[in-house]
Amino acid sequence: MVDLSTRLGDIKLKNPVLTASGTFGYGTEYSDFIDLSRLGGFVVKGTTLEPREGNPYPRMAETPSGMLNAVGLQNKGVDHFIEHTYPTIAGCGAEVIVNVSGKSIDDYAATAEKLSTLPGLRAIELNISCPNVKQGGMAFGTTCEGAASVVEAVRKVWPGHLMVKLSPNVTSISDIAKAAEGAGADSLSLINTLLGMAIDVERQKPVLSTITGGLSGPAVKPVAVRMVWQVCKAVNIPVVGLGGIRTAADALEFIMAGAKAIQVGTANFIDPTVTVQIIDGLTDYCERHGVEHITDLCGIV
Amino acid sequence: MKKHLLNLRGDSINRMTNGTAHIVLSTTDGAAMPEMQPGQFVEVGVDKANVLLNRPFSIFNRTATKLELLVKPLGRGSDALCNYEEGDMLRVIAPLGHGFSIPEQDTKVLLIGGGVGVAPLYYQARMLSEAGMRPTLIYGDRTAPDKILLDMLSSVADLAVCTDDGSMGVHGLVFDHPVYRDDLHKHKKFDLIQICGPLKMMKFLYDDLGILQMDVEFSLENKMACGLGACLCCVEETTRGNRCVCSDGPVFKINELSW
Repeated sequence: MVDLSTRLGDIKLKNPVLTASGTFGYGTEYSDFIDLSRLGGFVVKGTTLEPREGNPYPRMAETPSGMLNAVGLQNKGVDHFIEHTYPTIAGCGAEVIVNVSGKSIDDYAATAEKLSTLPGLRAIELNISCPNVKQGGMAFGTTCEGAASVVEAVRKVWPGHLMVKLSPNVTSISDIAKAAEGAGADSLSLINTLLGMAIDVERQKPVLSTITGGLSGPAVKPVAVRMVWQVCKAVNIPVVGLGGIRTAADALEFIMAGAKAIQVGTANFIDPTVTVQIIDGLTDYCERHGVEHITDLCGIV
Repeated sequence: MKKHLLNLRGDSINRMTNGTAHIVLSTTDGAAMPEMQPGQFVEVGVDKANVLLNRPFSIFNRTATKLELLVKPLGRGSDALCNYEEGDMLRVIAPLGHGFSIPEQDTKVLLIGGGVGVAPLYYQARMLSEAGMRPTLIYGDRTAPDKILLDMLSSVADLAVCTDDGSMGVHGLVFDHPVYRDDLHKHKKFDLIQICGPLKMMKFLYDDLGILQMDVEFSLENKMACGLGACLCCVEETTRGNRCVCSDGPVFKINELSW
């Protein structure tokens, strides 16, 4: 019997497979296809203090082995989430993690403080890396001071597990990681999307309404594995790896690079059952290689 | 309606004269095809095209064990799908979104389709005909449509064809057809109008039909990724804010749109 369980600080997950924010809705979008309770957990759509309509259409461009998105954090706001959404997903059997974003440090803190009232919610993921909003978002995640100031402010009002999602659009992600750790992060998740751009040459215009957007999918995986490997060497808190994971082998690359858990993002758009296939694939791999605990593979490379 | 991830087998792929393919897919083990409503759509994984995302297609027809699609080659995904062969397997997520409304008995329905946008209207016409409400269908295309398609459409609807090049029916666009100009506008012979076609055609009809105070529905096809309402990429700016075409649509009522 293979043990797929893993830990993010105080939180024990039954397996290391989570879903990435913005790619799995609120879980219920996928409940026709999979038993949500099989997941280690899922990170719900980016939540902000006020409702947001997001960016104008078109928001998506398919690119070689990837896609650009410029959704811009469309969501109904934290109050709506607390009142209407959370009650429908709490108790689904998987760890629910709420992704929090904001325009200002006060926004982040106010949203996190409201979420701290939710019974059973043990973890939030602080999104300091969204490339698709004009204010806030990635701006906080691209300097050590910015990252530290947001994490510190949220740390004061959020008593639970604080995961911080890092941007790859930086010169040294290890430095940002250390700044977040120093400011009180309990874990780090990386990578968010890479800033990219696509042009429709027939129309002679950018494909996205926002001109630039965030690149995700298999195209980004090697960059993500490298960054996870670097960050795992730089910090002492658990790291959650993501970026282009489609298979158990992809997930294992991140785990061997040092990640304690992984998130599946864009692949959910292609096969809504991909998460459970990855979980089953991890079990198969461990059986074939005589691995008793999946965590035995963490950071072996 | 429960969504399914299906592994379907290509039964027959008939390429029509204009390059559009009529693709018939069936379940492999004789299992029943899940129920689907006209106007709903499916996402198809086109692995042969070496593209990342699934491709959305209207449901052209659904029977007890078969799903039929009408695919026009317009890009890498649809080009590759048109070149699939009998026996090839396809990953299909179905059914998705909300379809056309099913009217009460004795409702007079006018369907207006442009190009490959006629696909969901065939299924809707079939269901209406089976419910004893044979609709009228104005179908516009660039040139004379394939006989196979015409035979199918005329078996379930009173067909009014128009072509851009005049090779069949009325020479002109859908709103040049006497059924549109006279029966609809002058004589107000219809209670419900359901439309699917190029955006330019639909926007013209939106402007032209707004004054009629009739029930009008449009089927949209914004570029999408997941098809499930999770990625929020395919939004349309509606009177209720940004809505996902995949999960809130693809069919919207005229008063929901803000064109």
